[in-house]
Amino acid sequence: MKKYICLTGILFANMAFLLAQDKVEGMIMEANSENEHIGLAGANVYWLNSQLGTITKSDGTFAIPFNEEYDKLVISFVGFKSDTLTINKPQMVHHWLEPENQLDEVVVTKQREAVEKTFFAAQNVVTVNSAELLKAACCNLSESFETNPAIDVNFNDALTGTKQIEMLGLTSPYLLITQENIPMVRGASQTFGLTFTPGTWVESIQITKGAGSVINGYESISGQINTELVKPLTDEPLFINGYGNLNGRLEMNAHINQKVSDKLQTGIYLHGNRRDLKVNNNNDGFLDTPLANQINIMNRWQYQNPEKGWVSFFNVRFLNDEKQVGESEFNPSTDKFTTNAWGSEIDTRRFDSAIKLGYVFPELPFQSFGFQASYSNHQQESYYGFNVYDIVHESIYSNLIFNSIIGNTQHKFKTGLTFAYDGYEELVNTQDFERVDRSVGSFFEYSYDDLEKVSLTAGIRLDAHNRLGTFITPRFHLRYTPWERASLRGSFGLGRRAANIFAENQRMFASSRNIQLLGNGGDIYGFDAEKALNYGFSFLQGFNLFDRPGDFSVDFYRTDFDNQIVVDWEDPRTIVFSNLEGKSYANSLQIELNQEIVSNLDLRMAYKFYDVKTSYQTGLLQKPLQARHRYFANLGYETNVKENGAQWRFDYTYNLLGEQRLPNTSTNPPNLQLGDFADGYSLMNAQITKVFSKKFEIYVGGENLTNFRQFNPILGAEDPFGTNFDTTIIYGPIMGRMLYTGFRFKS
Amino acid sequence: MKNIVIITLCVLASTLGVAQDKNKKLNFEVEGKCEMCKMRIEKAALGVSGVKYASWDIPTHQLALIIDERKTDPMKIKTALVAVGHDTKELKATEEAYDKVHPCCKYRDDDTDDSDKHKK
Repeated sequence: MKKYICLTGILFANMAFLLAQDKVEGMIMEANSENEHIGLAGANVYWLNSQLGTITKSDGTFAIPFNEEYDKLVISFVGFKSDTLTINKPQMVHHWLEPENQLDEVVVTKQREAVEKTFFAAQNVVTVNSAELLKAACCNLSESFETNPAIDVNFNDALTGTKQIEMLGLTSPYLLITQENIPMVRGASQTFGLTFTPGTWVESIQITKGAGSVINGYESISGQINTELVKPLTDEPLFINGYGNLNGRLEMNAHINQKVSDKLQTGIYLHGNRRDLKVNNNNDGFLDTPLANQINIMNRWQYQNPEKGWVSFFNVRFLNDEKQVGESEFNPSTDKFTTNAWGSEIDTRRFDSAIKLGYVFPELPFQSFGFQASYSNHQQESYYGFNVYDIVHESIYSNLIFNSIIGNTQHKFKTGLTFAYDGYEELVNTQDFERVDRSVGSFFEYSYDDLEKVSLTAGIRLDAHNRLGTFITPRFHLRYTPWERASLRGSFGLGRRAANIFAENQRMFASSRNIQLLGNGGDIYGFDAEKALNYGFSFLQGFNLFDRPGDFSVDFYRTDFDNQIVVDWEDPRTIVFSNLEGKSYANSLQIELNQEIVSNLDLRMAYKFYDVKTSYQTGLLQKPLQARHRYFANLGYETNVKENGAQWRFDYTYNLLGEQRLPNTSTNPPNLQLGDFADGYSLMNAQITKVFSKKFEIYVGGENLTNFRQFNPILGAEDPFGTNFDTTIIYGPIMGRMLYTGFRFKS
Repeated sequence: MKNIVIITLCVLASTLGVAQDKNKKLNFEVEGKCEMCKMRIEKAALGVSGVKYASWDIPTHQLALIIDERKTDPMKIKTALVAVGHDTKELKATEEAYDKVHPCCKYRDDDTDDSDKHKK
């Protein structure tokens, strides 16, 4: 009975065909000994060398337009032998396909990730890879940005030699600095945190200008910096680096990576640095750079199972960092808290642990789960002369992310939950501050990519914070390609944060300034949370000049503060903290040109303009100790790599800083008045690397080759316990020319 | 009445007989040569309703797809690919469609990857 109905169906199909003359219709069946009509669903039916094709329906029937240009009809199906029929006129086709063992269309089991395309990403991201990182041989994350114009490296204070980074005219507290997407340099580690990641541990750095993504939280205001550390699976089995400079700094790095099983790898990373040499080249009685001693140990575990789709990391890290600064004759055991000599010790102990778990659905490469959780405990004990500052910061952070698509991979989304806990205990001289911050948030980020002209990312997050309240953080990024090799981007986003006023401004303790907190009863040290809107646009154009690749980019960003904790240094006797009353904004403009001049010789040039103004107690003023104009040039040359890996590499960096406004010192005695502006100056760094083989290389280099030094960096150095002592007004290097050398061994 | 029941069962049986996978993986060859081709191929494939994922590999010329079989089939995707000028084993692009691809993407003359020279 059933057979008859099916046959009747075919007859009807025949009749329909007779009426429609411009089609070839019929049925494709599986060949069998009984010649039964077993319809083959999903078989390919197409005209040879044409763009006309179809697929048989579930009952094996098909209809394909007839065109006189083609006369070869091909019928193919996975697991069957293909047949080609000669057909000159619209007709009915009944065809049996013979089974075959050979497969035609292979089912894929593994997918590779797409390559990252910076020209196409919606966000303005610069990736600093390991080759670039090697251009600055020393020593830690804070010095990794010297060859990159997106980030400015400034001097934090006259004593600790710490470098402060700025992006878009704002200091690092306004950046979200993450390590493998876990917030890292924040809270208690804000001032010195970048010096706690050794340079050799860094695999790559991603710098996002502007608001950035909502996934890692609401704290980023002017940008995000993410550091990827070396991974046990991809790092060298054994890596040793030694470094020494003429100012007595010695560094040692060792990486040992070991395969435990096919899927599990582990690595131990050791870093030590110390300086025992007392350096006082400017004869002000104070050490130009601290006596230092750091031990930094990390153990990583990496688990990877591509068949099942699991990836996991587990890290533990322990750090002990000791610094001694101050007068060169200062001896902590006898002079601490006395007026014998002014000195300071900053001791930090930090424990970090993090776990990451990623699952990619093996059948769906675009769908994944990610979970990360971290715990850190940061303890700093320090004194600056008679000022005591201790901080304990315990932090828990966890983030759960689900990635998938809507319809197809042109529409992706990420959504998830964040939980964060920060417990702070601080001792500022005799006053205790205790604070617990808790927040839970959820986020959703949609991204669209038309794979050609337009891509965008729109994110929103909702957070409930015990001090900041419940609030919404929107972020938006758009990229448009107006013509070939060009990319136009725009973004805006909100950011909020609780300012850790003491930890972020620790340098104030090394001065005789009185600390004044003009709070309004807010929840954070009596202040409200900081809140700002950042927006901007950028344009990137790639080109070939004389057949050599280059690119040109210009970007402009503005940050508008709704509230900011204004740190007012304008009275040399005090440092005043207050909520913003009036305006605070940061405009930044950057123009950059990259060009290959001849083979293997690359030039990078940049001009940066900053207009950063804040309403201080004395009115709207330009941000102090920041050059409005900066010029940057980097020249890199590499010889071709020989077969054994041997190569020479040369790198040269030039920075020209315009004049910088100085905080007001007009109430100081005449010999301690600095004037309104510090003159501009230039800095040069250079490095030469000789690679002997894939296993061994040595490098020599110099920093501050022009030997420029800030004159009189410490005000009142002759009377450090007097009222005019101030080490905070730093606009240039304390250390003069510095030469270094080092080696890298890999196996 | 009985016939209607049988016909319904017949139709149901035939649809059930063919498993229609929501996330079916496919892989087939598409002619092309460079980054620009990759973008054009993937965009054309994703433009077909029911195609969730498309990744074309430059060296092997293999297009990896994940499709919803209830909404599309390989021939529909190949039709979309030839419409933008990229040949497949079964279907070939018309001269008009092939003429429209960027001059650097003329894979029929020379199908080596020269993306480095014209990164977009």
